[in-house]
Order: sequence, then C-alpha cells, then structure tokens
Amino acid sequence: MDITQAVLLTIITASTPLLLAAIGELVTERSGVLNLGVEGMMIMGAIAGFAFALISGNPYVGVIGAMVFGALFSLIFAFAVVTLVTNQVATGLALTILGLGISGLWGEAFVGVPGVKLQPIVIPILSDIPFFGKLLFAQDLIFYIAIILLIGVNWFLFKSRTGLVLRAVGDNHNSAHALGISVPKVRYLATAFGGACSGLAGGYMSLVYTTQWIENMTAGRGWIALALVVFASWRPGRLLIGAYLFGAVGIAQLHIQALGFKLPTQFLSALPYLTTILVLVIISQNRRLTLMNTPAALGKGFVPDR
Amino acid sequence: MKKLLFAMLGASMTMMAGATGAQAADTKACFVYVGPIGDFGWTYQHDQGRLAVEKELGVETAYQESVEEGADAERAIERFARSDCDVIFTTSFGYMDPTNKVAKKFPDVKFEHATGYKRESSNVSTYSSKFYQGRYIQGQIAAKTSKTGVAGYIASFPIPEVVRGINSFILGAQSVNPDFKLKVVWVNTWFDPGKESDAAKTLIDQGVDIITQHTDSTAAMQVAEERGIKAFGQASDMIKFGETVQLTAIIDDWAPYYLERVKAVIDGNWESQDVWHGMDHGSVAMAPYTNMPDDVAKLATDTQTKITANEFEPFTGPIMKQDGSEWLKEGEKADIGTMLGMNFYVKGVDDQLPN
Repeated sequence: MDITQAVLLTIITASTPLLLAAIGELVTERSGVLNLGVEGMMIMGAIAGFAFALISGNPYVGVIGAMVFGALFSLIFAFAVVTLVTNQVATGLALTILGLGISGLWGEAFVGVPGVKLQPIVIPILSDIPFFGKLLFAQDLIFYIAIILLIGVNWFLFKSRTGLVLRAVGDNHNSAHALGISVPKVRYLATAFGGACSGLAGGYMSLVYTTQWIENMTAGRGWIALALVVFASWRPGRLLIGAYLFGAVGIAQLHIQALGFKLPTQFLSALPYLTTILVLVIISQNRRLTLMNTPAALGKGFVPDR
Repeated sequence: MKKLLFAMLGASMTMMAGATGAQAADTKACFVYVGPIGDFGWTYQHDQGRLAVEKELGVETAYQESVEEGADAERAIERFARSDCDVIFTTSFGYMDPTNKVAKKFPDVKFEHATGYKRESSNVSTYSSKFYQGRYIQGQIAAKTSKTGVAGYIASFPIPEVVRGINSFILGAQSVNPDFKLKVVWVNTWFDPGKESDAAKTLIDQGVDIITQHTDSTAAMQVAEERGIKAFGQASDMIKFGETVQLTAIIDDWAPYYLERVKAVIDGNWESQDVWHGMDHGSVAMAPYTNMPDDVAKLATDTQTKITANEFEPFTGPIMKQDGSEWLKEGEKADIGTMLGMNFYVKGVDDQLPN
C-alpha cells in the first residue's frame, strides 16, 4: 500500500461516521423534524456497539446493537416532539445531554478495556481493481452500509412514492394531513431511521475508528453532521461531497504539519470547517433551488385541527 | 415572624458551620475536570486522586467533568465556590484566569490550580508535576529503539507544559543520537480520540516509527498497536491497548498531593504555595519498560534512578535554542520562571511553535 492509498484510507475512516449520521438526519429533517440530538444518539450507538460486541465477542452483534439503540433512543425524542408536540430545538439539545450522561454511566465498566474490532470484508475480484480496489472494496460492513444508504436514500426521496409522501409531510404537514397521510407515523419512522443511522455512526467510532470505549468519544461529530445537512441543502449527493471534503481537509492539514510546512496550526485546524462551508455554499448558490429543497415545515410541531 | 425565624435559623446554621468547620466530615473537596473521567488518561488520573481523598480522609467530594476552558470554566468554578466547597482543584492549564478571578470573590474558599503559574490572591495555590522528567527518558528510549531516527509527537496546545515536554523529549533523544528528528503535529484539542488516531496514522504514514503523545486518550496507542509501531503511553499505563508496542508510559499520580492538601484544609494549616514535584516525590511514575532490548531498559532505569535521586536534571546546559542562540551554558540549570513559562523550542525540533 503506498502513501496515497494510506492517506485516502484514513480520510475514508474519518469521514464515514459524519456521512452516516448526516444521511439519517437528512431523512429526519426532510419529514419536518429537526433533531439536534444527533450527538447524543451517536454516543449511545458508540456505547451500545462497543458493549454488545465485547460481551458477545462478535462485532456484528455490536453493529446491530448500535443501530437498535440509536433508533430506540431517538424514539424518546419522537414521542416528545411528535406526540407531545414539545419544542424541537430544546428537546433535541436535551437528548444530546441525556445521551452523553447515560453513555458515560453505562460505559464506566468499559473504560480501559480494549474492544472488538470490526474486520474488513474483502470483496473478491472488485478488490483487485488497481488502486481503488483496496480503498473501496476491502472495507468494513459499516462503510458498505453507508454507501448503500446514501444511494438508497437518494432514490427513496426523489424516485419513490413513499419518499414523496415523506417530503410532503416535511413541506406542509397540514396539506399532507388533509390528504389522509398520518403525519405522526411518517415522522416517527423518519426519526427512528435517523436514530439508527446516528447509532451506526457511533458504532463505527467504537468498532472501527478507535476500537475502545472512551466517554464522550464522538467529540462533537454529531454537530458537524447536523451542519453538513444544512450546508448540503438537504441533498444526499452534496452530503457525500461535504462529508468527504471535511474529512479530507482534516487529514490533509495533519499531513501538512507533519511534512514541516510552517503554517499557523490554529488556522489549519479551522481549515476543514472553512473549506467545507465555502464549497457547499458555492454549490448551493441558486437560492430558488435551495429554498425548494428546504423542508418548509422543518422544526414546526404538528397539531391537527380536528 | 416568619422572616425572623428564617434569620435565626440562618444564623444558627452559620454558627454551627463555623464551630465544626475543621472536621473531616464537614470538609468538601471539589474538582473541575477538562475531560471525562473515563478518558483513561489525564482526567482519569485526577479522578483517581479524588477517590483516594474520599476513601482515606472520609471527606465529601464533588466533581464536574468535561468543562470547557474559558467562560464555562468560570461558571463551573463559581458554582462550586457557592455550594460550600472548602477547596477546589481546577485541573487544566486553561482554568488559570477563571480560577484566579473566582478566588478573589471567595476569600474563604481555597483554590488549587494545576499546571498554572498565577497566584493572584492568598487563597490560590498552584501545583504541577515534572512530567518532562519522564519525557527525557522517553526520548532516550526513542533514540535507542528507532530505526528511522524520526519520532512523531502528537501535541495538544502550545502551552509551556507541552512545549517543555517536547524539548525534554528531544534533549533525551539527542543525548543518545545527536541527529534524532521529531515530527510534531498539533491537533488543537486535549481530547478527541478520532482526531488523535488520525494524527497517529498521519505520522506513521510519513515514516516515523515511534509515536508519543501529549493528548488525553488511548486512541493513538491503539493505532500504534494495529500498525506495529512502538509508542509511549500518556498519563496512565496504556499497556492493555499496546501490549506489543508500548515502551513505557508516564503515569501521573496525584493522590499524594491531594491527600496532603485536603488534610491541610481539615487541619486548618493550608497556605498558598507553588509546588512542582517530580519523580523524587512519586508524583511522576514510569510504567514498566517493555518491548525493548535489555540494554535500552537499563539505560532508562539508570536515568530514572538519577532523576529520582535529584542527581540529574534534563534541562542542564549546554542547551541551544532552536534558532541556534545559546540558552544555557555548560552545567547551567534552567531557572524555574523560564521553565514554567517555556515558550521556545530547543535546537533539533523541526517545527514552528504556534503562537
């Protein structure tokens, strides 16, 4: 493996959790629900993934555990904002704080214990493609899921009837309701999907990225994922660009430092944020299209008239 | 009538507090941490000290973890000061100004700030440990074991504590191999396991074969284990994450100091001071020397013995600054002020120090 491949591999590892959490949040937000609890759901996924893998000795049990716990945890949020119609921003923040707290408590026994690593699945033939084969087809299961999800979500949202229903609920819940669509049902499902994705992203942190449990180990990645969704103007394709650009610049700046270029490190640390925002803002320049993509009912609680 | 009753109740409570203030059961020691107690590094070790205080002195303790340096820290410290803490330990460099600010408002509360140098009122103490002593030994080991002659250093923030560690490491390495090189990567965080592991991968990809870190988690050690690169643990013994690669680790042991200071509060003889203990007081310990040839382990042990007996000090001249100008003459020792405020590299560090 040459250095370019090694660098690209590091970038993929750094970007995948962002991409996963962001895809989930994108679907949730498209249904009109703004869930600021991504960080909390991620950390719940991280502890669940770690714990299930360690106890069962099987990392795939960890993967499932991470998804299930992420989804279950998001249902607390869904119950509050959909059924009880609480303020979405406040509830989301509370979910993050709750997640960080609970995971820290549950994780106490796992501090300082090496975890079980999710090993790569090498796909025959495809992985023999020069250069890219090793990068894209000798990855772990979660990476493959992330890519499949990205393609799947893109198709689902814009090519399927159910996707249309979901977007309709996110744009105008009153009209959707009048058409006989169950707004709460759609929002529950979309939120649970977002939770499962965030949980999986957290699982990636504790099963692949750094195979251990450390309190607060997601270290703010949930917030970056949230920002990516907005800057990608709710388009899955742009999300892919944003997530990998963020990861790439983040790794590149470390290499720039290690190579001995004398640039201010504070500036270098800020570089991933600056470049990603800049690029996505330029892509999303068409204001009319951006407005069209923004879920109009985002963050608004739905109370049926009768 | 009600008001009067409350006033009397309040007064009698104050009197009671005054009368029994000097008893262990009434003393409360509070801790402010920069990371989570489960980081298995810096904060974990401080919390071990807190647990020792609770267990051995039977005093009540409280802590708040993951407190951001800056405005948040001031709020957290002030809240502790209001909630009848008798002594508050603030355990990160960035809490320096907030600690001093709050200390002025609460003259009856004792404040202990780790790794800083400002004591603006008589109820503030500062304390630190000479971790750089351990870094010198690590430098020697690195220069002996490295095949490429280049080590990678994952650094957090350009504060004196970290700069001192880098300098001491390179001095130790140069004592063995004068041409030894160091690649420094600043991650601008104390705690982000993902980023720390990215930095470790970056350094390894660029050809270093020894990793050392001044960040708080075990992530870098684990990357080293996966890639088969030797590494040094930080703050606690990380051998479980690097069974075949950990050479040694600097272990912070805060318990002796915390016990001594909380006891002083209980006994009523606490005074503002500035301590900087090292291996001689047991506050800096080294994990077993593993995964290295016997002669290297012997060199390390010898140096450790000399440092512990105060026969040797890493910052002893001749030492040149990075730009080639002379800092310490032959046999001259660094003065404590320069040590505590160290803001320059010594010769041989291939990096520009961020402002």
